[in-house]
Amino acid sequence: MAVLSTPRSAVQLAGQGRPLKEHLFRLMLLASLLIALGVLAVLLVYVVNRGWPRLDARLWENFPSIRRPDSSGVLSGITGTVWVVGLTALFALPTGVLAAVYLEEYADKTKWYNRLIELNISNLAAVPSIVYGILGLGIISRTMGLGPSVLTGALTLTLLVLPIVIIASREAIKAVPPSIREGSLALGATQWQTIWRQVLPASVPGIATGSILALSRAIGEAAPFMLLGAATLVRFNPDGLDSSFSVLPVQIYYLIAQSRPEFHVIAAAAIVILLAILLLMNSVAIWLRNRYQKRW
Amino acid sequence: MAQHRATARGNGRSLARSRPRYGELVVKALLLAAALLSIATTIGIVGALLEPTIEFFQAVSIGEFFGSTSWGPLFNPPSFGVWPIIVATLEITVIAIVVAVPLGLASAIYLSEYATPRVRKIFKPVLEVLAGVPTVVFGFFALTFVTPLLKDWFPFLNLEGKNALAAGLMVGVMIIPIVASMSEDAMSAVPNSLREGSFALGASKMVTSVRVVVPAAFSGIIAAVILAISRAAGETMIVVVAAGSRSIFTFNPANEMATMAAFIAQAGAGDNPVGSIGYKTIFAVGTLLFLMTFAMNWFSARMVQKYREVYD
Repeated sequence: MAVLSTPRSAVQLAGQGRPLKEHLFRLMLLASLLIALGVLAVLLVYVVNRGWPRLDARLWENFPSIRRPDSSGVLSGITGTVWVVGLTALFALPTGVLAAVYLEEYADKTKWYNRLIELNISNLAAVPSIVYGILGLGIISRTMGLGPSVLTGALTLTLLVLPIVIIASREAIKAVPPSIREGSLALGATQWQTIWRQVLPASVPGIATGSILALSRAIGEAAPFMLLGAATLVRFNPDGLDSSFSVLPVQIYYLIAQSRPEFHVIAAAAIVILLAILLLMNSVAIWLRNRYQKRW
Repeated sequence: MAQHRATARGNGRSLARSRPRYGELVVKALLLAAALLSIATTIGIVGALLEPTIEFFQAVSIGEFFGSTSWGPLFNPPSFGVWPIIVATLEITVIAIVVAVPLGLASAIYLSEYATPRVRKIFKPVLEVLAGVPTVVFGFFALTFVTPLLKDWFPFLNLEGKNALAAGLMVGVMIIPIVASMSEDAMSAVPNSLREGSFALGASKMVTSVRVVVPAAFSGIIAAVILAISRAAGETMIVVVAAGSRSIFTFNPANEMATMAAFIAQAGAGDNPVGSIGYKTIFAVGTLLFLMTFAMNWFSARMVQKYREVYD
C-alpha cells in the first residue's frame, strides 16, 4: 500500500503491477464476509444435527422435567413466549409508530428537547438487555407491584424493543417523499389527515419490516428474564397476565445449565425450533421489503 | 405549519384556519407522549438503579469496591472487590473486538465498494439473519462446539470447560453484523464525487476504498466500533453459558470467569431477598455497567449525528 500512496511520476498512472494486489485485496474482503457467514452455516448445521434425535412431538407436547429427560419438553417455554411476545407486540408497535410519527412529522429538530429525545432513543437501543432486566425487577416488578408475572415480562420487553421499533418506523416514514405531503396539504387536508391517509399507508411495508425484525429480537431475548423469576423449570402454561411464566430462550438456558448430555440434545432441538421461527420471520420481513418497497 | 396568518382582507376571505382544530392538538399531544416514553424509560432505569446502589455504598465502602481484587458478594463472609468481573468483561470485550472489527470492516468495504447490487441483495439479508441469532444460541455453540474444538486444536492452551476465549470469540461473531452494517451505512453516505475525484487522479479501487472512502466515513466507523464495544461489554447470555460464573482475579482467557453482566444474571436468577446485600450488589454492578455502556452509546450516537450532518 505504501507504494501506492503518492504517485511521484506520471508513469505510475499506468498502474503497473496493480491488478494482482487489487485482486488479493478484493479476495481478502470477500473472505472476511464469508468467514462471518461460514460461522453461521456451521452453527446451523451443528445445532440441527445435534438436536435431530429429539426434534419430535415430545418437545412441544411435554413440560420440562429434570428427572425424566426422555419425556421432557419445552411446552411451557413456547406458550410463555407466545404470551409475552404477543403482548409486547400489542404494546410496543402502536407506541413505537406514534413516537416515530412525532419525531418525523411534528418535531422541530432545532429544539433541544427533540434532539434530546432522538439521542436518547439511539442510546436506549444500545443499553444492554440485562439492564432492562434490572429496570423490570426494580420498577415494574417491585415498585409497581406486578411481581414476576407475564405482564411484567411483556412491559419490560416492550421498553426493550421500543427504540428498535421507533428507529425502523422513522426510516420508513422518512422514505416517503415530501411531495406526497405537500400535495395532500395543498388539497386542504390537515396535518394529521395527511399523515393518516397518505404518509402512514405509504410507509406500512417499511414499518412492518422493522416491526417483524424488532419482534424477532424480542423472541430471542433471554437476559432480562433471568432477573424476572423466569429462570426456573416451569411445569404449567401461563393462564393470565398475573401468571408466572418462562420463555423459550430461558428454558434453553436452563437445559444447557444441566450437566446430563441428554438435556443438551433437548436444548439443541429447542434451539432448532427457535431458529426456525426466527428464520421464518426474517424471510417474511425481507420478502415484504423487496416486494413492497417503493423507490420514489 | 400554517403559521402565516395570511389575511387577504381585500378579497374578504382569510387563508388562516377559521377555528382552532382541537383534534389536531390532541393527536400531537398523544404523539409527543409516545416519544416522551423513551425519556421516561431512561429515568426509570436510573431510578431503579439509584436507590439500591446508594444503599449498597452505605454498607460497602467505595475503597473496598474498587480497591480489592476479591469478589464474592454472595459468599459467607462476602467480599466486594469488583476488579475480577471488570477484568473479565474487558478481556471478553477485547477478544470480541479483535474478531469483529477486521472482519466487520472488511465485509463493509466489500459490500459498499465492491459488491454488485445483486450480490449485496443476497449478503445483507444473511448478515441480518446472523444479527438475529439469539445470544443464548451462540452461548450453546461456544460451550458445546467451539470449546471442544479449541481444546482439540490447541491442547497447550489448557482450556477449562468454560472459558473466556470461546465466549469472547462468539461475542465477536455476534457483533460482526453491527460493525459491518453501521460501517457500510457510513461508507454508502460518502458522496460519489469523492470516489470519482480519486479515480480521476489515477487511484485504483483499493486505494480509493482505503485512502478516500474509509477516512471520509471515519466518524461513522468509529461510531460502529464503539457501539460494538458497548454491545460486547453488556452481552449476557453467551458469557453466562460459555464463560461461567467463577470470579477469580485472572487475565488468562483459558480460565472460567464471570463478567459484570454474567454476575447480574446469575445473582438475579438466584433467590436474593429484597434489601439483602446480595440484592443491592446486583444494582451496584448494574449501575457500573450502565454508566460504562451509556457513555459509549452516547459518544457513538453523537458521532453518527455528526457524519449525517456532513453528508446528508
